[in-house]
Amino acid sequence: MPLPADTDPKLQEYAHPERLVTTDWLAEHLGDPDLVVVESNEDVLLYRTGHIPGAHHVDWHLDLNDTVMRDYVSPEGFAALCSARGIRRDSTVVVYGDNFNWWAAYALWVFSLFGHPDVRLLDGGRAKWIAEGREMTTDAVTAAPSDYPVVERDDETIRAFKEDVLAHIGNGPLVDVRSPQEFSGELLHMPDYPQEGVQRGGHVPTARSVPWKRAANDDGSFKSADDLKAIYADEQGLREGDDVITYCRIGERSSHTWFVLTHLLGFDHVRNYDGSWVEWGNAVRVPIEKPETA
Amino acid sequence: MAGALPPRLNAIVEEFADVDRTERLDLLLEYANGLPDLPERMQGQELERVHECQTPLFVQAEVEDGDVVRLYFQAPDEAPTSKGFAGILHAGLDGATVDEVLGTPSEFASGMGLADVVSPLRMRSVGAILARIKRQLVDRAA
Repeated sequence: MPLPADTDPKLQEYAHPERLVTTDWLAEHLGDPDLVVVESNEDVLLYRTGHIPGAHHVDWHLDLNDTVMRDYVSPEGFAALCSARGIRRDSTVVVYGDNFNWWAAYALWVFSLFGHPDVRLLDGGRAKWIAEGREMTTDAVTAAPSDYPVVERDDETIRAFKEDVLAHIGNGPLVDVRSPQEFSGELLHMPDYPQEGVQRGGHVPTARSVPWKRAANDDGSFKSADDLKAIYADEQGLREGDDVITYCRIGERSSHTWFVLTHLLGFDHVRNYDGSWVEWGNAVRVPIEKPETA
Repeated sequence: MAGALPPRLNAIVEEFADVDRTERLDLLLEYANGLPDLPERMQGQELERVHECQTPLFVQAEVEDGDVVRLYFQAPDEAPTSKGFAGILHAGLDGATVDEVLGTPSEFASGMGLADVVSPLRMRSVGAILARIKRQLVDRAA
């Protein structure tokens, strides 16, 4: 049985307030048998240094991605991941993490690929929880395995591939959420051992630059609904019915913006291009725009 | 490969290789916690950033008494993996000779079994940190 939604007034301004919980709500519901809390970070070791009591760890590299092929885990793999953490199909899952919830939003998006009905983000993530002096622990967390069903992954509705992006150029809004320097192609120099090395800099032609950070407050929480509307609707002219594709470098920061557009502003057709710049900047014969060539 | 590594680094590689996956993560965290703070004289100084690490990590290599390598790192507590890599390099190479450090193969960490537990992509930052150290030593000698 899913838990009741957080009734915090700030959240009620968003399109889908049931997709977000406050730290107060989480503190109040910790330990509820229908709730499973999941921590997902950029740094694989961070969870071990301390986590919210009872929270399970999900690592984006090792748990969410297939470890051989560049893709997400299989339906069987996802069922095993959930089962091991005691997540039932009708559990309320609350995800939080470091770095403005980038990887938490990414994990939530992957849970959404498998259509998990009730998955929510902790507004402000790990940083806000800690800043408020709330309890953290290094106690090991175990769960009785659940019977999670094997559910097909839906790669059409909220996921975009390179071909989709190519077809989208000139036909629909593309939102590049990377830093302005990455958008312009100026930042790419990676001497010695390039990590996730990209051969070319720039952006997908027609993409607009809306860095992900604009949607976040400094404490890691999301900006108010009015502030978000001012950015994405008033300034960028995006409309709820638009077919939008978001991308970044490897798909995590664009999951953050995907969450903002889909759940906070209520857009119905937002897809995240998880191949993002690491694929696009290395792909043969895809068009790239750079300021000096534009 | 083992023979080519400075003895202390070699011992660390074997230490990791001998334990199971969970213990490997605990060990990495121990090395993160064991990394000494930057000495006072270097606080506020501009150190070289290792851009290949996803989180800010800074490294400085110095040479003492003509031949002894001293390594200094700055890594945030919120990035224990990068800090752990720095801790391994500090424990394994601080005090080694310039030739020993320059002769350390960039892929030395592949024998530690860490790729399974932190992912191969993240392991690349170990090589990146070592490459910066070597380049600083070469630049210093020039």
